Amino acid sequence: MVTEKPSLETVWSWLSAVPDPEIPVISLTDLGIIRDVQWRGDTLEVTVTPTYSGCPATRIINLDIETALRAKGIEKLSLKRQLSPAWTTDWLTDTGKARLEEYGIAPPQPAGGPQHCPRCKSTQVEKISQFGSTPCKAQWRCQSCLEPFDYFKCI
Amino acid sequence: MSDALFEYLCRMGDNTLVLGHRISEWCGVAPVLEEDIALANTALDLIGQTQLWLGLAGEVEGKGRDADQLAFHRDVWDFRNLLLVEQPNGDFGRTMMRQFLFDGWHLAQLKGLMTSSNDQIAAIAEKSVKEVTYHLERATDTVIGLGDGTEESHKRMQDALDRLYPFVGEMFIADAVDQAMVSDGIAPDPSTLRPDYDAMLDAVLAEATLQKPTDDFAHKGGKSGARHTEHLGHMLTQMQWLQRAYPDATW
Repeated sequence: MVTEKPSLETVWSWLSAVPDPEIPVISLTDLGIIRDVQWRGDTLEVTVTPTYSGCPATRIINLDIETALRAKGIEKLSLKRQLSPAWTTDWLTDTGKARLEEYGIAPPQPAGGPQHCPRCKSTQVEKISQFGSTPCKAQWRCQSCLEPFDYFKCI
Repeated sequence: MSDALFEYLCRMGDNTLVLGHRISEWCGVAPVLEEDIALANTALDLIGQTQLWLGLAGEVEGKGRDADQLAFHRDVWDFRNLLLVEQPNGDFGRTMMRQFLFDGWHLAQLKGLMTSSNDQIAAIAEKSVKEVTYHLERATDTVIGLGDGTEESHKRMQDALDRLYPFVGEMFIADAVDQAMVSDGIAPDPSTLRPDYDAMLDAVLAEATLQKPTDDFAHKGGKSGARHTEHLGHMLTQMQWLQRAYPDATW
């Protein structure tokens, strides 16, 4: 039996439909953790970089990639972990950043803090803690609407 | 050579493993929710880094041991962590002082490793630097906040510093393993990191209104494995309990 290999473009589009397990409004490609997709002979090799070295979602992400690609009929699949260059929030796509904000998570800013409260858009915000509900987030509070909110840390 | 590299990688991985376990002991019982979450997140970063260091150590050793086997199937005399990180948590102030003293060294060490001649080590360091930068930032803020805080918090932070300072020296004393790493371009000489560390310490302690002890005596024996303090063995009975009771149990 001869099966045609799906194009890399098609594989990327499949991956862009796989949501992040912790923040399901953004996809794995929005997050920028899929570094490469290549055919090695008849094996599809997907290169993934972890966001944080201890992030428990990493294993789920690998499982989700595998499940999604298997469902599309990919039989020979290899997932490669790549540490360098280390993941940076600069790789978040603009769509990803916009979706984060809509979801109530302030997207990362080069200045190191949120631009404004994701709910009321006030610029009067203060840091509560460098750490939040997942390794990639910090806790901030809006001084205008008084709501606490997550900020996606810039790394 | 590969023996020295294995030793060195165990030192890096055992530091993050032991400290990661220590601070995870705060999970659910820290003074306030934000601190609880922060300590648990820091523990998570350190345990993640442990998987990378000990995973590589197992590869270098070439005897089929993986990170889990190194973490859970070695006894106290095979651990190569610094004495500082195995010290008990004490109160929250002492935990944060220990974190600050370690993070300052850890960040400098990792920055030095980013230019390692070993690509895998450089990659782990590059990844870890980003995480540890946050650890140090937070520990610094907390040491300043509590040191320059109330009379009670100031006293506790000074007590913590007096108690832990004798464990600082070990981080910067080079031995034969360090020399081997330096000559192969793998790691920086730890003694060269001391001047910048001291400058950082002096600046933060001044802001925290704390006095650095004048005696430079240093306890040693952790990273060489020659003599750990009694606390590590007790910690391992907790950390390794499941693997000791049910060897090779998996999820």
